[in-house]
Amino acid sequence: MVDREGRGYGVIVLTFLVAYVLAVISLPPWLQWARPEWVALTLIYWCIALPQRVGITTGLVLGVGLDVLEGSVLGQHAFALVVVALLSLILYQRLRVYSLWQQAGVVFMLVGINQLICQWVQNVEGVSALPRLFLLPAFSSALLWPLVLHILRGLRRHYRVS
Amino acid sequence: MRVLLALLVVVGLITADLRYNNLQTGRAVLDTLASPIFWVANLPTRSFEWGQAHLQSRTQLLEDNQRLQRESLILQGRSQQMASLQAENVRLRALLNSSALLRDDVLVAELIGVSPDPERLQLLLNKGASDGVFVGQPLIDADGLMGQIVEVSSSTSRALLITDVTHSVPVQVNRNGVRAIAEGTGALGSLEIRNVSSNTDIQPGDLLVTSGLGGRFPEGYPVAVVQKVERDTGEAFARVLAVPSAALDRTRHVLLVFTTDQSQEH
Repeated sequence: MVDREGRGYGVIVLTFLVAYVLAVISLPPWLQWARPEWVALTLIYWCIALPQRVGITTGLVLGVGLDVLEGSVLGQHAFALVVVALLSLILYQRLRVYSLWQQAGVVFMLVGINQLICQWVQNVEGVSALPRLFLLPAFSSALLWPLVLHILRGLRRHYRVS
Repeated sequence: MRVLLALLVVVGLITADLRYNNLQTGRAVLDTLASPIFWVANLPTRSFEWGQAHLQSRTQLLEDNQRLQRESLILQGRSQQMASLQAENVRLRALLNSSALLRDDVLVAELIGVSPDPERLQLLLNKGASDGVFVGQPLIDADGLMGQIVEVSSSTSRALLITDVTHSVPVQVNRNGVRAIAEGTGALGSLEIRNVSSNTDIQPGDLLVTSGLGGRFPEGYPVAVVQKVERDTGEAFARVLAVPSAALDRTRHVLLVFTTDQSQEH
């Protein structure tokens, strides 16, 4: 018998892997600046749904993985995702009772903070050619939040991840 | 408590990577682990290519074949004199006591990913340390210099394009040998030539080739064509913009250059 604590571990890992693939899949150039932060979105969802299982450590590990994928400074996305996980853990009780578009607004802020931190680290490194557009992913992520929520909630209920 | 610990780890990682640059081996291992993700992400493109290759009509294939045969004939004709010219060049250089001529071997690599971050102009290639790829290796395509390798794992490697903001390449004007440094601007289609004084002889249309100074890039590969020269009498330096010769955003196959000393063979 699988113990109750570890139910659906595979499903969570799988959603993060899919988020990784979406994070590096090639997009047409005009869409590149608006690539949604799939990994952050997935992390936010699991933090809200299962705050006792997904949190800071998950954010840290995920972020290091994303840094390797994107070839950025090791720790850049880790830093951002740790902060996102922390804020989602603080806010999860409120977020659960918000309406869909209120949630999207909070997601916009969370992803915006994520982008801001990435931008800071990149500035320290000296890579920031066109910093005007860095909030675009926050918009696209917030717009896609209802879809992500729907899919992940469907998965969670179907596989009874708890 | 856990937050503090996580933040400590993160800040430690960033400083270790940025300041001391000592995470290369760890990164290489992680890069190898990450390659399946790129493989999956690359599936749509590859299946599209497969479809294109297999569903092409017979007439089109025949046409392609004829065209390629013609091209091959022309190129063969042009390279007939190459061997004798090269030998002559080596002899003349020996007479001049000039440095030995270097011969370049190439390895074809395929693109398996581009950096998802539009601010980082990096490519992921399907050749790694097991194929002899090394950090600092130059990368070219059919038309010119593309960049250099910055990270190598066992079966993949990451290349930085010449137009990335963190990249610079020593060049010279092919027409008259004026030396300069071409820096990336972060936009795929333009390079900026820095610190060219206002009275330097450089014009739009000039071809910039690698100068070989610095020892990283072999001499003589085309880098860019000068597009615009702005001379402001109030400024100490002219503002020179150039367009890269290589098709940085279109190439799918690239060449990794191995430079070997030819003088030993003669």
